[in-house]
Amino acid sequence: MPLLTQASGRRLVAGIPLLWLLLLFLIPFLIVFRISFSEVRLAIPPYTPLISWHHGVPALEVHTSAYAFLFTDPLYISSYLYSLKVAAVSTLCCLALGYPMAYAIARSGAATRPLLLMLIVLPFWTSFLLRVYSWIGLLKNNGVINNVLLYLGVIHQPLALLQTDLAVYIGIVYSYLPFMILPLYTNLEKHDATLLEAAADLGARPLRAFLAITLPQSLPGILAGSLLVFIPAVGEYVIPTLLGRTDQIMIGRVLSDEFFENRDWPVASAVAILVLLLLVIPIILFQRLERRELETQR
Amino acid sequence: MNQPDTATAASAARDAAYVRIDHLSKKFGEFVAVDDVSLDIRRGEIFCLLGGSGSGKTTLLRLLAGFERPTAGSIQIDGVDMSTIPPYERPVNMMFQSYALFPHMSVEKNVAFGLEQEGLARADIRRQVGEILDIVRMGGLGTRKPHQLSGGQRQRVALARALVKRPKLLLLDEPLAALDKKLREHTQFELLNIQQRLGVTFIVVTHDQEEAMTLGQRLGVMNHGRIVQVGTPSDIYESPSTRFVADFIGSVNMFEGRVREERAEGLRLDVGELGCVVRAERAVSCASGATVWAAIRPEKIHISRQPPPGAPAAENAVAGTVREIAYMGDMSIYLVQIASGKLLRVTLPNTTRGGERPIAREESVWLSWHGSSPVLLTE
Amino acid sequence: MRPRGYFARTALVLGLVFLYVPILSMIVFSFNNSRLVTVWDAAHSPTMKWYRALLSNEQILNAAFLSIRIALVAASVAVVLGTLAGMALARFGPFRGRLLLAGMTTAPIVMPEVITGLSLLLLFVALGQLIGWPRGTGAVTITLAHITFCMAYVTVVVQSRLAGFDESLEEAAMDLGARPLTVFRRITLPLILPAIASGWLLAFTLSWDDLVITQFVAGPGSSTLPMVIFSKVRFGVTPDINALATIMVLIVATGIALSTLWMRYREQRRERDLQLAAAANL
Repeated sequence: MPLLTQASGRRLVAGIPLLWLLLLFLIPFLIVFRISFSEVRLAIPPYTPLISWHHGVPALEVHTSAYAFLFTDPLYISSYLYSLKVAAVSTLCCLALGYPMAYAIARSGAATRPLLLMLIVLPFWTSFLLRVYSWIGLLKNNGVINNVLLYLGVIHQPLALLQTDLAVYIGIVYSYLPFMILPLYTNLEKHDATLLEAAADLGARPLRAFLAITLPQSLPGILAGSLLVFIPAVGEYVIPTLLGRTDQIMIGRVLSDEFFENRDWPVASAVAILVLLLLVIPIILFQRLERRELETQR
Repeated sequence: MNQPDTATAASAARDAAYVRIDHLSKKFGEFVAVDDVSLDIRRGEIFCLLGGSGSGKTTLLRLLAGFERPTAGSIQIDGVDMSTIPPYERPVNMMFQSYALFPHMSVEKNVAFGLEQEGLARADIRRQVGEILDIVRMGGLGTRKPHQLSGGQRQRVALARALVKRPKLLLLDEPLAALDKKLREHTQFELLNIQQRLGVTFIVVTHDQEEAMTLGQRLGVMNHGRIVQVGTPSDIYESPSTRFVADFIGSVNMFEGRVREERAEGLRLDVGELGCVVRAERAVSCASGATVWAAIRPEKIHISRQPPPGAPAAENAVAGTVREIAYMGDMSIYLVQIASGKLLRVTLPNTTRGGERPIAREESVWLSWHGSSPVLLTE
Repeated sequence: MRPRGYFARTALVLGLVFLYVPILSMIVFSFNNSRLVTVWDAAHSPTMKWYRALLSNEQILNAAFLSIRIALVAASVAVVLGTLAGMALARFGPFRGRLLLAGMTTAPIVMPEVITGLSLLLLFVALGQLIGWPRGTGAVTITLAHITFCMAYVTVVVQSRLAGFDESLEEAAMDLGARPLTVFRRITLPLILPAIASGWLLAFTLSWDDLVITQFVAGPGSSTLPMVIFSKVRFGVTPDINALATIMVLIVATGIALSTLWMRYREQRRERDLQLAAAANL
């Protein structure tokens, strides 16, 4: 008789990763949620406990001061909105550059395609941090771009490229480009080229054929790529810290500062929860897309 | 090509159901794939399940193999109920339509795989693998990998792999579908040979009538998850039990008629669209005045320029005009239009070269048939 | 090709230039003698001095070794967990907790790292309070955190490979008498091994490269390489970092080149085998 029945074997296979993720992914979020409803205090840990005892009677301590602070603090609100704006603009720029690139790769010959894909993916395998860092060298006042432009006489004073919104857009597009291109490519590669030929045969000009046939079919790819860029971009920390403005910070930096600089765990937690609330719908959307993609592969 | 059922009398005991399928049903959600199927299959026979796509034949096969669990009913193999037995413990092996050869293993390892699961000694395994590869004529190619083999070779390896364990039941899923025509004929005979040699019970699933008629000693025709008729190929062709079966196998001319009278020598039908009376010698039980269909096979109809005796009021005879002729070499197919506008399909073998002037298009002809030819169907 | 093709191809070329100019500039300036990294000191360049400085920088070397050790462990465990999850999601049909598992293996991929990092640290603190372990943060907590977000990526890779896998191979194995574990061991695993290997590499790279989550869950005394780099570059460019970047690009490029050559070799052998089979056809 076998030691494990098929049913108990399955339970183990699914159960182990499920348990791990429950403990190390889901429960932490519940803890963040709980701490967002406490107040900061000088203690270890630096937040008020959930249940406090008054004269032997337990009472639930729920403080909404962290949220109140955030909703009334103009700096926080502007950070929140600024993060959304930056993420949205970056996603659009990424799409504008990534779509034609993915299209070109999907249309290229079977021999060059793996080479091109490799070229797109190779930067991703080198350090993210170092690649963002490389832009500092390009964008700063005596950086490569300014030096070249000065040398050519195009400008007479160095342009302030670093610590601007533009630098952040460039940084995000640069780092997330492979994440936009790959889902788009996967989608475009499956398109039937003969449909475009049929359209041409029926008199449609190339642009028309593209708008009527290719674009609608590539919407799932556009959506997947955009979500893959937008969602993490909202909470980006490294890029705005290294390349971004000092007068207007993004929400990722707010969270980190509240936590590390101010040691205000409740407020940091509240920031996290509010960002999560915003991102919950895009995340679920992304999961639906992933599931559908995997289903159609069967 | 069917093995004549000579052994019937002598082995009545052996013919007791070897595989018994009892009121088997399988539902996927609301969709009923297999609908209350009951079937008995004899030891050592080749049984073909014939049906179109969606008829449930593949699901039935998978139920036998154990890859699906029935919603209702049971399967017994050699007296043992298979309900709780998983596929890896059943005495059943399957030859998959795609062959499903393990791409990372050589031919020998593929074939040996099943024996290894039984824990046999290495020397034993090697011997049995060698034997079966010789039987399927793949000896000497044992070290090749599947991608180094041609389609026909892969099929033979798949067969060897399924047979090496000498299963009680071998299931074959569209075994000839992937082969080209010449190879198909050749393989049909090989399969028959091997089956006779090893005496394994075969259940073959196919949508190809020719395959079913050639391989099967008995056929089961399936439609919408039900078994519509079971019988030998000749039974099914000459005596279909429903209009579906008559239409599914080969071609047929189908007429709707009303029963005029019933006599000892047969039934008489008024068939409006023929404009004549059809006399069928093989009767079917139904009331006078009831609606019944008459099915007549194309090769049973006789074409002639001369009217038959008693025309135009004769029974089993009708006049028409030849509209189309398809010359197939060994025979010709005639499409003849009769007064009601209906087209009848008649086939004639081209038995003479030259000789009498052959019937041409737009000629007026008389069609007639023997009283034993029409098959009467009530459903 | 149609005019649309030119636009797309120009975009492709520009995009590739955009991707590689920063990397190339880092490489070029790693040989620059000047401390002002981007001002080329023609008189004394090119030089290897930053490479020498890098290789004798203890802080960086220690951090690198720590990162490698963590990445090795994290990738290996993540691959096991991710393969289990991928198998369950691809093969098991509906089961209790399936939606939860599916959700928890796709969410980490898009979740902003500050949120994941914060939540993990708070977990470790709460756990430490509750059961006394972990006692403070360090290499162990970093590794646990890395395993958690890396396994999500591995799950997607494995699940996607299994989805495109011919199930009839596994059915055939079962039909021949192999129990599910044997089927996995002898049929499924060998055939998805390339996917598992690339999943391992992916996990290794993600772990080795991670900054934000690591910053949250690292403790004093455990600095990974990204943490060291970050603290240096916050205040501007430094040439030894350029040298480091060049070394990394070289390693990655060599790795990719080798693996491409290896796959090309195998493709050619396969072609040859197919031709032989077709020639000796029956």
